[in-house]
Amino acid sequence: MTAADRQRLSHLGVLEAEAIHVMREVASEFERPVLLFSGGKDSIVLLRLAEKAFRPARFPFPVMHVDTGHNFPEVLEFRDRRVLELGEELIVASVQESIDTGRAQELPGEPSRNRLQTVTLLDAFTRHRFDAALGGARRDEERARAKERVLSFRDTLGQWDPRAQRPELWNLYNAFVHRGESVRAFPISNWTELDVWRYIEAEDLEIPSIYFAHRRPVFDRDGLLLAVSRFLPQEDGEATIERSVRYRTVGDMTVTGAVESTAATIEEVIAETEVTRVSERGQTRGDDRASEAAMEDRKREGYF
Amino acid sequence: MAAERELLRIATAGSVDDGKSTLIGRLLLDAKGLYDDHAEALAPEDLANVTDGLRAEREQGITIDVAYRYFATPRRSFIIADTPGHLRYTRNMVTGASTAALSLLLIDARTGVVEQTRRHAYLSSLLGIRNLVACVNKMDLVGWDEDRYRELEADFLAVVAELDVPAARAIPVSALAGDNVVDAGTHSPWYDGPSLLTHLEEVDVTAGRNLDDLRLPVQWVVRPSGGPHADYRGFAGQLAGGVLHPGDEVVVLPAGSRTRVARIDTYDGPVDEAFPPMSVTVVLEDDLDVGRGALIAGVDRPPVAARELEATVCWMVERPLQAGQRYLLKHTTNTVRATVEKIHARIDIDRYEGQDTDTLELNDIGRVTLRTSGPVMADPYTSNRPTGAFILVDETTHDTAGGGMIRATAEGETVATKRSPGVTWHRGTLAREDRWDALEHGGATIWFTGLPASGKSTIAAALERELLARDRHAYLIDGDNVRHGLSGDLGFDAGDRSENVRRVAHVARLFADAGTLALVSLVSPARADRENARRLHDAADLAFLEVFVDTPVEECARRDPKGLYAQARQGRLSGLTGRDAPYEAPAEPDVVIRTQDESVDAAVHRLLALLADRDL
Repeated sequence: MTAADRQRLSHLGVLEAEAIHVMREVASEFERPVLLFSGGKDSIVLLRLAEKAFRPARFPFPVMHVDTGHNFPEVLEFRDRRVLELGEELIVASVQESIDTGRAQELPGEPSRNRLQTVTLLDAFTRHRFDAALGGARRDEERARAKERVLSFRDTLGQWDPRAQRPELWNLYNAFVHRGESVRAFPISNWTELDVWRYIEAEDLEIPSIYFAHRRPVFDRDGLLLAVSRFLPQEDGEATIERSVRYRTVGDMTVTGAVESTAATIEEVIAETEVTRVSERGQTRGDDRASEAAMEDRKREGYF
Repeated sequence: MAAERELLRIATAGSVDDGKSTLIGRLLLDAKGLYDDHAEALAPEDLANVTDGLRAEREQGITIDVAYRYFATPRRSFIIADTPGHLRYTRNMVTGASTAALSLLLIDARTGVVEQTRRHAYLSSLLGIRNLVACVNKMDLVGWDEDRYRELEADFLAVVAELDVPAARAIPVSALAGDNVVDAGTHSPWYDGPSLLTHLEEVDVTAGRNLDDLRLPVQWVVRPSGGPHADYRGFAGQLAGGVLHPGDEVVVLPAGSRTRVARIDTYDGPVDEAFPPMSVTVVLEDDLDVGRGALIAGVDRPPVAARELEATVCWMVERPLQAGQRYLLKHTTNTVRATVEKIHARIDIDRYEGQDTDTLELNDIGRVTLRTSGPVMADPYTSNRPTGAFILVDETTHDTAGGGMIRATAEGETVATKRSPGVTWHRGTLAREDRWDALEHGGATIWFTGLPASGKSTIAAALERELLARDRHAYLIDGDNVRHGLSGDLGFDAGDRSENVRRVAHVARLFADAGTLALVSLVSPARADRENARRLHDAADLAFLEVFVDTPVEECARRDPKGLYAQARQGRLSGLTGRDAPYEAPAEPDVVIRTQDESVDAAVHRLLALLADRDL
């Protein structure tokens, strides 16, 4: 093997180096960045990448969870433990508080709080004067994301205009914003779902137990297997059944569907993901299935 | 990392009709990079819709931006940057191509090589892509005619021959039917080359990477505050060129300090070797003041710290680019201001010809010269993409206004090196910031010009006293005193006067660089000489204030403290400025002092206020 053959990175190595570069750019070029952490697999990867970018120093930003209140208890427990282990600062921005103070209104017939998260997120931006948020979104998640930039610019109302995106050339990110404007930065834009799972395996990262097969009482709504919980009343004909399931994403319990699975280890999860024919959002995100352009609409309004 | 699969970034461009989207749809579908729910939302034959992301674009039926697609095979992972091919989307094509290692072109077998083919090939070559693949598509519509394919293959290779592309090939395909996309088709027994996917799996993904010249732009300083690692200083960044080992001697630019690499750290522990595109943290042997924007380079062939860049620019905003405009220029991790010195030509990207122009419009590509406010540690783009690329950002709107590829660089010291071109500028091991920080203030030059006996030295001396009383280093460089030593060899003809001004300008610049306020009191009658002095300071990023001491010649002759005007009247002195030698008053001085209307005290206080105003 010649030196030039040896001096090559695997594709995960390239993606990791790129993500670290993005994190350091954001930390350098913005005054008050924040890292969004939900306890989900993508943001778990972000935390590891932040360790890789900044250790042995502390993170140059706090960690924030936009808490819908509709959580899987396993995920909340994991969130608090993980941030404590890291010794970093955790900010919890609460959707429940936005509702209680009248900033956000729940609509009848819409149990999900994903839409309301937008209000909570933007209010937290104002309160903490954040000008950049690092998030774990990926371009392979669905079609509107495929054109979003790594540094995605938001106007003073937090809104995204897909027609007015800045060209993004080489690894030269334009981080100039006026007061009140901000960016959402996505270091793992170029990762696929499988890349994330493989990275979790390679780095031996702990993830909440709901990502592995477990027996859970669920019910079927429009083909989604939803968890039985106090947040979501079952309708007539929606009988509780117990199944061996795991989650591909974690989010608002009322719209996050489980997949039937017996995968109890990360290797088994990867094996299942390699052969699946349905995207994670298609299979597990009830609110994105509602319309073809659902995600695009939410993002225009300022959704993460 | 567990998987040894490599990553290939692909750029593709094409129009609505040539079947590009269908081809990508086919590639994704057959290589199983496409989920059923992404495919089933649309009509089954219409693979193209898979790749059209946004609602507005679906409604118009065209791809208007850059969309990124992902798929993988057991051998490789692929990222496709998918862009529209029309001339008015040149900026999107350039964006998509900027990160790609391979460019995928579409040729419709019925229409053959068209302007768009030439355009894509040119842009790919311009952006430094070493691998070009042309899919000759819709072969089914020409009856899989081998002669037709060979003709188009030859046409394509003739286009490539005009460009700088080391590896190019054509493949006959039918995107709709799938022949030769993933698997070999049954319709082209005469074709013995690889299918598109096989070629994508085999092509060299690292072609063009520069492993010879070490380049590590410093992105972030890892500096724990307190704790067990309180003494740690690591310089973090992504390798942009070369191979780095512990113990290597390196130079830190622009300061020019040399040191050695003590350790290369990663989160997973120290490593013996770092190469592009790794993100690492480097610990240096010496305790140097290194910050974001500095470049750690090899000692053999470090880049010049350039102040003048000749570059090819792709213009990306409505407001046209014109000479004299200023933009922010981001190069690696370093941002400076850049002024457009000259626009040399617009390039006709269909015909590969330059055309004279003085503006570049949206989607134009042209050659320009830029002058920067600070050093840019740049390489030609053709020798290293990461250190040869930059973006221009509009200072007002913050839009990304252009992308640039550096062709050549020059240092700013053009005036000083005029007669001694072989002499290079020695950079002290201390940075200017170090000196200025120690003094707790920076330097600048205040240049007093005016007729003999106009009051320049009186005002400058009073200002010097006031500054020293305020603990500011100031030094009066008086024209008369300089004539005793530094310029003792010079007379008073126009050439010698000009040379005297040049020398004083250089001395003032050194004082200013050292952190002193250099107060120059010098008749300096020629506007051009004063302009040179200003340029010299601009090039060194030092402030230069021109103060015009405006006293009428009659008044100067009346004051005449040195008796010069009296001697001239008596015919004992010739060439006295204002009397029988010309004085060119400044066109746009920073300050005008009319000594008949303003006291010395008032003038000095006005200057002090101005200095405070400008943070000097």
